[in-house]
Amino acid sequence: MATGIKDKVAILGMGCSRFGERWDVGSEQLINEAFLEALKDAGIERKQIEAAWFGSALDSVNVGNSAIPLATALRLQGIPVTRVENMCATGTEALRGATYAVASGAVDIALAVGVEKLKDTGYGGLPVPGKGTLNDLWMPYCSAPAGFAQLAAGYRAKYGVDKELFKRALATVSWKSHQNGVKSPKAHLRKAVEMETILKAPMIAEPLGVFDCCGVSDGAAVAIVTTPEIARALGKHDLVSIKALQLASSSGRESGMSDWDGASVPNTRMAAASAYREAGIRDPRKELSQIEVHDCFSVTELVTMEDLGLSDDGQGWRDVLDGKYNADGAIPSQIDGGLKCFGHPIGATGLRMVYEHYLQLLGRAGDRQLKNPTLGLSHNLGGVPYNGVAAISIVGLL
Amino acid sequence: MLPISLTARAGDKVLSQHKKGIASYGACIPRLRMSRAAIADAHAWAMPGLKGQGKGERALCSWDEDAITLAVAAARDCVRDNGRAKPTALTLASTTAPFADLLNAAIVASALDLPTSTSCNDASGSLRSGLSALAQALESTSEGDSLVLAADRRSAKPASVQEFHFGAGAAALQVGTDAAIATYLGRESLTNLFVDHFRATGEKHDYFWEERWIRDEGVSRAVPSAVKKLLAKIGKSAADVQWFGLAGAPGGSDKLVAKALGIAPERLLPDFAGTVGDCGSAHAPLQLIHALENAKPGDLILVAAFGQGCEVLAFQMGEGTHKPAMGLAKSIAARIPETAYLKMASFEGEIDLDWGMRAETDVKAALTQHYRSSDQINAFVGGQCKACNTVQFPRLPNCVSCGASDSQTPFSLADQGGQIATWSADWLQFYLAPPLYVGLVQFDVGARLLMEIVEVGSAGLEVGTRLSMQFRVKARDRKRHYSRYFWKAAPVR
Repeated sequence: MATGIKDKVAILGMGCSRFGERWDVGSEQLINEAFLEALKDAGIERKQIEAAWFGSALDSVNVGNSAIPLATALRLQGIPVTRVENMCATGTEALRGATYAVASGAVDIALAVGVEKLKDTGYGGLPVPGKGTLNDLWMPYCSAPAGFAQLAAGYRAKYGVDKELFKRALATVSWKSHQNGVKSPKAHLRKAVEMETILKAPMIAEPLGVFDCCGVSDGAAVAIVTTPEIARALGKHDLVSIKALQLASSSGRESGMSDWDGASVPNTRMAAASAYREAGIRDPRKELSQIEVHDCFSVTELVTMEDLGLSDDGQGWRDVLDGKYNADGAIPSQIDGGLKCFGHPIGATGLRMVYEHYLQLLGRAGDRQLKNPTLGLSHNLGGVPYNGVAAISIVGLL
Repeated sequence: MLPISLTARAGDKVLSQHKKGIASYGACIPRLRMSRAAIADAHAWAMPGLKGQGKGERALCSWDEDAITLAVAAARDCVRDNGRAKPTALTLASTTAPFADLLNAAIVASALDLPTSTSCNDASGSLRSGLSALAQALESTSEGDSLVLAADRRSAKPASVQEFHFGAGAAALQVGTDAAIATYLGRESLTNLFVDHFRATGEKHDYFWEERWIRDEGVSRAVPSAVKKLLAKIGKSAADVQWFGLAGAPGGSDKLVAKALGIAPERLLPDFAGTVGDCGSAHAPLQLIHALENAKPGDLILVAAFGQGCEVLAFQMGEGTHKPAMGLAKSIAARIPETAYLKMASFEGEIDLDWGMRAETDVKAALTQHYRSSDQINAFVGGQCKACNTVQFPRLPNCVSCGASDSQTPFSLADQGGQIATWSADWLQFYLAPPLYVGLVQFDVGARLLMEIVEVGSAGLEVGTRLSMQFRVKARDRKRHYSRYFWKAAPVR
């Protein structure tokens, strides 16, 4: 019987580029920036890497298809390199591939890389990719915020939350992340923003204004993984291990049948249940030290708190208003500023979240260091709430 | 001699004669109504003299409406629950059909989910084409019903008088034997090369000659002459005419013609000038529909359309009581007022706004895929699982609910009711009529899918807003000049 991934793989080193409008560099340099940091942190040589997983989501504005861009950027001669793409879960998928390779015993040391260069599109926001020849014939072309804003309509209708109050709760989500982002040297947006500014921002997709949307930026993040035994043999003492890596994908049910109420993301709930089981977490509200959730839009973060079981259903908006997820709250969320402040270079995001947990767990988080964290959860939501991919990774001290 | 069709009655081999007539009708006027005062205001800087044209309003098509979508809407109004067999022939008359070489009527037929055995053809070339197509169907010896559609979305040059006068709309008439709504009495056709206006192939705008000449030398000579001949042919006099309409001619021509013929002015059919504008090939059929909506059994109805001569048709109102769900009067009343002239200019393609880089996305369709899934895309036919009865769209190999393979039978969603499950107004996505309303539509039969929502109006949307389905332009491929169509949801009128 499958025993899961818990503690079978340790993080040997991590790196993360500075996120932002990196007009000065392309994907190759972003990858290299994060990779050199990870390599140094791991204390190994490049040639010790036996396999690599490369996450990049938008080939049209990024580096192109296949593993070649990574193999070329890092000159990984002759080892297996695999490109993965699973929308916003792409970075976590790269980590999953590398982790599974080590856990299987196929290799001793594996590399996970995620990158996205969004600022070569020429405009803000994400490009609208094709959805396949059949879907393109009938599916509306809508922006990502409009897809996620469906949650706001569903949530308000189900729980009868007043429109203005709900808007304020959404604004609080963004306000909190901007407060946190000030202390993140590698974040894209590092300014605190007033509540009134957030509330009065131009509308993007009702009810989401500009400040309800995450930034759009360039960035890369890297993890080098191995077994705990090898990590110790290489001289590592404080080990951060993978506790869970889970994924749930839509089968079309939410958007094709009548049972989804629009107030939650079933994929997140399924992935969370599997991840808690894999990690042996019984009470996430007490056990999780910190969380990095997929705050592509404020409403996503709010609903995710319920989907992760951290707020009661229908109460997430109250918990947000009460500061439960603030830096000094019961469960700090987006302590580094989240997607809101880092932006969302799609392929990099999942690994960037793990990077923050890694820093916090090892006490390297500088001004934003939390007190004695032991367990961190990351969450990605690719696609749209009613048709997407949810990925959860949990890492902690071994 | 009255036109007849000969029908062999099964079994007794007795030939019977059945008069053809109108079995049912339907109409569609696009909901947007442009204020003419707003048009005049926009041009006042250069042409203050147009102020006098700024009275009333005209129908305006949104970016995703054209002669095809209007025709589909009118046709659905006409055929729904009309108690007739499906038509075996379909004609689409239009001077503004989107395709020069691609059977526009075939797109309409596919949206109506008519069998492939349906004989389809396009009629065009003149504003009288709607009435001529109707006459041809009425005189056809085919045993099956014909669906005659006339639709136009007329374009006019900015600051032209036509920009004020032109409108848009579609009429649908199902024609057959034993038709209870109105009986066809006859037609008179007159053809001469009187060029009052023209539009060369591929050109966007009409070129008009002076109205006074058109009225005096064209309309006033051709139409009374044809009407008189028709009345003589059917053994009636002008005094017998209860309803008379004239389309395709300058404003006020109908009054002159009626006077010349001795038809009382109160018997003139409305010209919809103040509310809809001139609907081109659809105008005379729409006037006929107004008569059908208001006439008493036995009333004599004459409708004429001017254009390189004229076409005149005569009907006698029957006892039929079937009314379409929408019809003309309700369609005219279901208006969404519009005062933004630049919106109109953009919808009409008269100005090309800078929509930004997001508008550069290629919307090329895979014609192979489109053909493979034609009933799903054109007729909005999803599937119903034989194993669990779940209705779903699209129709994929495995059931969305129980996962059964190849278990689905076709199930049309086009006439199914539904409501908003979730929604948003998208200001970021490139869309020619922002914001793009998009949401999950929950059908009463259980199916659900993400759809564009149109005709939202000032009332806005809420979870639970009731919706009906509309056939619209899904995307315009501006590189290849190809429009493709799909269904959108609209709040129930």
